[in-house]
Amino acid sequence: MAAINRDDVAHLARLAHIEMSADELDRMAVELAVIVDSVKSVSEAAGEDVPATSHPIPLTNVFREDVVGHTFTAEQALSGAPDAYENRFKVPAILDED
Amino acid sequence: MSVDATLSFEEAMEKYDPVLGIEVHVELNTKTKMFSSAPNVFGDEPNTNVNEVDLGMPGVLPVVNKTAVESSIKIGLALNCKIAESCRFARKNYFYPDTPKNFQTSQYDEPIAYDGYLDIELEDGTVFRVEIERAHMEEDAGKLTHMGGAAGRIQGADYSLVDYNRSGVPLVEIVTKPIEGAGSRAPELAKAYVAAVREIVKNLGVSDAKMERGNVRCDANVSLRPHGRERFGIRSETKNVNSLRAVEHAVRYEIQRHAAVLDSGEPVIQETRHWHEDTRSTTSGRPKSDADDYRYFPEPDLVPVVASREWVEELRATLPEPPAERRKRLKEAWGYSDLEFRDVVNAGVMDSIEETISAGASADVARKWWMGEIVGRAKVADVDPSELGVTPQVIVELNKLVEDGKINNKMATQVLDGVLAGEGTPEEIVEKRGLAVVSDDGPLLEAIDAALAAQPDVAEKIRGGKVQAIGAIVGGVMKATRGQADAGRVRELILQKLGVEG
Amino acid sequence: MTELKNELIHHSAADLAAKLAAREVTAVEVTQAHLDRIADVDGQVNAFLHVNTEEALAVAAEVDAARAAGGSAAEELHALAGVPIAVKDLIVTIGQPTTAGSKILEGWHSPYDATVVKKLRAARMPILGKTNLDEFAMGSSTEHSAYGPTRNPWDLDRIPGGSGGGSAAAVAAFEAPLALGTDTGGSIRQPGAVTGTVGVKPTYGAVSRYGAIAMASSLDQIGPVSRTVLDSALLQEVIGGHDPFDSTSLTDPFNDLVAAARVGNVAGMKIGIVKELHGEGYQAGVENRFNESLQLLKDAGAEIVEVSCPNLKYALGAYYLIMPSEVSSNLAKFDGVRFGMRVLPKDGPMTIERVMGATRAAGFGDEVKRRIILGTYALSAGYYDAYYGSAQKVRTLIQRDFDAAFAKADVLISPTAPTTAFKLGEKLDDPLAMYLNDVATIPANLAGIPGLSLPGGLADEDGLPVGIQLLAPARQDARLYRVGAVLESILEEKWGGPMLAQAPVLGSATTTAGGSN
Repeated sequence: MAAINRDDVAHLARLAHIEMSADELDRMAVELAVIVDSVKSVSEAAGEDVPATSHPIPLTNVFREDVVGHTFTAEQALSGAPDAYENRFKVPAILDED
Repeated sequence: MSVDATLSFEEAMEKYDPVLGIEVHVELNTKTKMFSSAPNVFGDEPNTNVNEVDLGMPGVLPVVNKTAVESSIKIGLALNCKIAESCRFARKNYFYPDTPKNFQTSQYDEPIAYDGYLDIELEDGTVFRVEIERAHMEEDAGKLTHMGGAAGRIQGADYSLVDYNRSGVPLVEIVTKPIEGAGSRAPELAKAYVAAVREIVKNLGVSDAKMERGNVRCDANVSLRPHGRERFGIRSETKNVNSLRAVEHAVRYEIQRHAAVLDSGEPVIQETRHWHEDTRSTTSGRPKSDADDYRYFPEPDLVPVVASREWVEELRATLPEPPAERRKRLKEAWGYSDLEFRDVVNAGVMDSIEETISAGASADVARKWWMGEIVGRAKVADVDPSELGVTPQVIVELNKLVEDGKINNKMATQVLDGVLAGEGTPEEIVEKRGLAVVSDDGPLLEAIDAALAAQPDVAEKIRGGKVQAIGAIVGGVMKATRGQADAGRVRELILQKLGVEG
Repeated sequence: MTELKNELIHHSAADLAAKLAAREVTAVEVTQAHLDRIADVDGQVNAFLHVNTEEALAVAAEVDAARAAGGSAAEELHALAGVPIAVKDLIVTIGQPTTAGSKILEGWHSPYDATVVKKLRAARMPILGKTNLDEFAMGSSTEHSAYGPTRNPWDLDRIPGGSGGGSAAAVAAFEAPLALGTDTGGSIRQPGAVTGTVGVKPTYGAVSRYGAIAMASSLDQIGPVSRTVLDSALLQEVIGGHDPFDSTSLTDPFNDLVAAARVGNVAGMKIGIVKELHGEGYQAGVENRFNESLQLLKDAGAEIVEVSCPNLKYALGAYYLIMPSEVSSNLAKFDGVRFGMRVLPKDGPMTIERVMGATRAAGFGDEVKRRIILGTYALSAGYYDAYYGSAQKVRTLIQRDFDAAFAKADVLISPTAPTTAFKLGEKLDDPLAMYLNDVATIPANLAGIPGLSLPGGLADEDGLPVGIQLLAPARQDARLYRVGAVLESILEEKWGGPMLAQAPVLGSATTTAGGSN
């Protein structure tokens, strides 16, 4: 397993949308390398035949009937918004369309 | 915006073999959202069809809409897919302001339906099998409106506004396997495939299937390879091609553009393209990048969906007849020619004709009325023929009046106009407008006598065997009765009177 | 009056409930006594981020009115009606701010109530306020709160544990008889251990998570914080039960907990010592108190057996892959678009991408960023199988280990934390050392099983509280309460009263060190 370096951290910070200064990147790279090193035994612990557990208590088919419940007013919906305009959330320009 | 070079379609086809991949997103018409109980309604005031779940507020958890799962299974079955015994939801992580949690709850390696196919009949009757890779459940995003800058375009916008009403609306994404071997029919096939999917989900009743509202949306992947090569070329993905016509045009355009790029010796860039209806061309979106590392992992807040075989069979039993099979059955039952039936389908009156027939009309009568009278009037009124206001009962009644000889065909069209003008039922209109055919032979015989007396030379000709001369006498009678006589009956009576075989 | 107030705050919730029912005291008196205590000592402890004075008193007054009215209004009152409670500030509440201990949510008011808060309101338990925590519950010391650390009432220079240090310290300092916590890797139990209080992580799904701001969804669980085992049982019965808003919520009733706490014997029960959860790496004083408890349980008629869970050596590693992975996704929603703070980039183009980046850079603290980056790494293309995938397999192995252990023992026992409370700042620059504090609590979260920590005495070397942890099979929370209540009563008999009676007195000029026993 590859060690984690400063470029990795810079890439991960971009993916995670967290701006980081050069200092932060350096510091985080050192800290994460230690942590990653300490958890690497996990990848060798279990064999191929061991199933993954994603839920500690297995349940299946938990559904909701298709019945309309409560809604917010636009005012409630926008009550915590940093910026809003005409009952919609306002955000700065988007660089790229997806 | 630079204009990309293109090759003519014919030249592109000569040199290259297109491979398609089509993703269709279908919005389900459930009452509530995929993971919240907020209403799934189009067109309301912004941010009113939302609760804390749809806004991705801190602390919220999703709960799966059972009807949405059932609709998804139905879609899978209608696409001849296998239904997964057990499947899970997964998180697709990416930041975008229309995605309130900054991840989309979707399915990744365990779609609810997989390995299906759809037989697509092209206009000339050629049938092409499109293989379905998978159909999976996910949620829709909110709606962004770009303000300032060039009208509504993202490029150069000053800011954007977000309405989360659509956030969480249930979606089923249907993904084809690579479609090979369509050749120059690829654009037509793409359109026909999307049309078929749209028809299926509408027929199932699981989606409103209105493309203009975004209920059915299409992303078209196109790549080219030289003839004879097995390996696929690099593909582009044209997003949000949202009308059937645009699907055909976008695929055609991308084939032409790819061909020009390949001809120039450059590699095709793997990227997202945007379709522009106004210029009928695509522009570059963004290249695939490391930002596309979606870091999928099983959604820990939701538990697996286990579709027991009993449940699947129960749902299968509720499926309506598939549209293609239904068309085949109706065409045979009605005895229409290929051309007649295609016209009926294209005019959008197949359902109306079926209803009219079950109301008691013959197949030919139903077709005569819908195709001969109603479609034209609907076009003038700019509405769907079925929405013009003519019920199957009206047609049956009109036809009976004609068959009983009470009115003639010419009068019947006037009666139809009366119905559309809201004057009442056909019977009432015949009464009100005084349109009844004169059916008592007494007055007719008098008029015939008068006509024969007025034209003795013609009467003589008819007696001598020149039956074709009868028109002059019939015309006289019709004139005398101001058109209210049944011309056929008049002819019969004249021949009787003169003792001539008709 | 002071005398009376002082007396009131020292009562357990069960005692307060009895006095309220007997109309010896009013709910307003009880609530006011705790509000006064908060005013007196919270300047030193910093357990509360928000104090909910008006609403708490209004709810208390309603309870008093209902009780005074008599008849059905009084009869319909819940047993804990009028008993006040503090709520960890990770749990959303209408009418009070919810910060998650983070700057990014400063001033945010939730437009909806968590399910557990709805249940508290239905039981008419006055909510005293919101308690401090490590930012988004990430930490073992409450030092990672954006609003300053909470201090341990046993020694104000020491940590109260984390992430739920605020709830534990509030209960230990008699600012509240009860509190709600959340436990992802020990955030209820470890603070309980180091503050000399009781904390329970119920079976995963026994209490609804709806409205608890998610840290790691497959590990998080809300649970009770109290000074006695019975009080935790009473509180879990209030907040537990099926919730249709949480798809992982269990349908089991969990209504036998209070009865279990009142059984009063452990004769014939098999109690398993987990070989891997004590010994090396555990402070000597912790180990001593642990052994003492074992002996007491044995004397009380329990059979002590030794069990081994060999895969627990991977638990910390698996936890530090699964938890940050889920964190990285759960915390993506804090982006400055819909709620919370928005920070604009200092220079350069003003795009939403950059605003998100600047907001998250300024709004999150270092520990949160560290875990988000670690989780982003563990989930990224090419690493998923080796990291997240492998960690989930380890989860299976740990569950199997526990299944085998519970075939031999009814409950398992271990120290809750390897050490007593450390000094503020001592481990702040060493994340790994901080993580090791949860080594004994994390396995229960990975396996989804319930765990309880109760006071086990004071360590000889530093006179600070030691916690004893009990673990039971999934859905067998009642066993924890049965064994826990028995051990508690034997220990209290030995000490001649509750352990917290030995804690230094707060709110006066003289702060005495806790005595050892």
